Amino acid sequence: MASSVIAAKVLDLTFQTNDGPVHALKGVSLDIAQGDFVSFIGPSGCGKTTFLRCMADLEQPTGGTITVNGGTPEAARKARAYGYVFQAAGLYPWRTIGRNVSLPLEIMGYSKAEQAERVARVLELVELSGFEKKFPWQLSGGMQQRASIARALAFDADILLMDEPFGALDEIVRDHLNEQLLSLWDRTGKTIAFVTHSIPEAVYLSTKIVVMSPRPGRITDVIESTLPRERPLDIRESPEFLEIAHRVRDGLRAGHAYD
Amino acid sequence: MRNILPVLTVLAVIVVIWQLAVAPMNIRVALDQAERGGAEIVPEGSVPRRDMSVWRLMLDNSENVAAGYALERPRLPTPAQVGAELWKTTGAMIERGRAWSKRSLIYHGWITLQSTLWGFFLGTAIGIIGAVAIVYSRTAELSLMPWAIISQTVPIVALAPMIIVLSGQLGVDGRGVPKAIISAYLCFFPVLVGMVKGLRAPLPAQLDLLRTYSADGLQTFLRLRLPASVPYLFTSLKIGIAAALVGTIVGELPTGAVEGLGARILIGDQFGTPLAIWSALFAAAILAGVLVTLLDLAQRVTLRRMGMAA
Repeated sequence: MASSVIAAKVLDLTFQTNDGPVHALKGVSLDIAQGDFVSFIGPSGCGKTTFLRCMADLEQPTGGTITVNGGTPEAARKARAYGYVFQAAGLYPWRTIGRNVSLPLEIMGYSKAEQAERVARVLELVELSGFEKKFPWQLSGGMQQRASIARALAFDADILLMDEPFGALDEIVRDHLNEQLLSLWDRTGKTIAFVTHSIPEAVYLSTKIVVMSPRPGRITDVIESTLPRERPLDIRESPEFLEIAHRVRDGLRAGHAYD
Repeated sequence: MRNILPVLTVLAVIVVIWQLAVAPMNIRVALDQAERGGAEIVPEGSVPRRDMSVWRLMLDNSENVAAGYALERPRLPTPAQVGAELWKTTGAMIERGRAWSKRSLIYHGWITLQSTLWGFFLGTAIGIIGAVAIVYSRTAELSLMPWAIISQTVPIVALAPMIIVLSGQLGVDGRGVPKAIISAYLCFFPVLVGMVKGLRAPLPAQLDLLRTYSADGLQTFLRLRLPASVPYLFTSLKIGIAAALVGTIVGELPTGAVEGLGARILIGDQFGTPLAIWSALFAAAILAGVLVTLLDLAQRVTLRRMGMAA
């Protein structure tokens, strides 16, 4: 597939531990096309985060191939082709929100004027205008996570890799951020890979839902969403939504080893 | 300043215990002196009194207990005596315009302070450079760290005379340089340990973040490791400066030194003037307190500016 942004072919990753080898990923194959919103869902230890880290060149696969933008993940990382949002906001406590968001820009050598302009723009995107001068501890958890998304957006990479970014937030805040993330994706046309634990979150956000299961970490189902691009929050009450959620749940159940 | 009350309370308790301890500590000297002055003491003569407990002596000669609080050369001076001696050798000297006299503790304190600061800067520099080496190089960690730990197990009082003699052999004039070296020797260790911890404080996720930006080593150091280590650095510096002061005083103890608070303590011992020892001791403690307080203040200001105020 020529339009693949991320393509994995029979990807393996085995960690050597004191208790023997752990197969974090086994025979994982997946294509992510330009503009896709792909969610990875599965129980702990199914390798969804590891898979994301492989795309980001933070983890080295022990077998198979993975390409990002047609090249190696390392080349993509060096070309600053993706923005990564971690599970914890991970803002630097000694930097204001504005300076946290401009951190990647400083490192990538943007001019001061360009930095200021971009920081203002992405903070507006995540509705944090006016908080530039605040320190992270002065913000709520949800606002911190939004700032960390702004940080990943600041250098305008085409790919966004998100590792359970809303995992620690309460339901209402999470709904709101999900809505904002969808509209951001819709406006910017970015390719997003999104790791989550939550079935409704995965179904609500994605064009493609990848169900994974542990020991060894593998893909058990890939569900193409039939939901329209435009998704108000109450779409979650629709029969279509519930049907997809049901299939995801079945996939999770089938792959779940009760041991 | 909300901790001022607890600090003063502890201080008051210490002063009370100290004041009470003066009586038993000084009773023998006080009785000897009273006897020479013609007073009647039970039992007679200092030799039979030597084997008796101080409590017994105080009971039998209660009218002479108070004399223990006004001795010229007491075993244990009273807080007031030490305070008066401190004032005599500092404030009163300033009033008479003789702050830089060799009898003034301000002069001796200044000598000690200079070496302490030189040792502190040298020790801090060595500590930070060593910590950077250890954090960035496995080889440095394996080779430097054990030696750094071993260095602190050698008693500094044994090492100090050697450093002084050796630096004299190398043609270094005066005590300034060897004192600063001894001081740095004690000071570098807490800075090294604290900075190793501080430079390693960033979480794996914070390091991964910079990796996703493909930041280089220098950028990672300046933008992440260094700022993350600042709280650890200040904590180490406070321990380091106190250690540097101890090092300097130890460097002033070996025979031959005539300047500095350490020399005052030694000379006071040799000439049997306990008040001089005690006032030099307190001058050193006050100096240490001031230095640590200044660093604490610098820490608060810096951390507040960095948005990391506790």
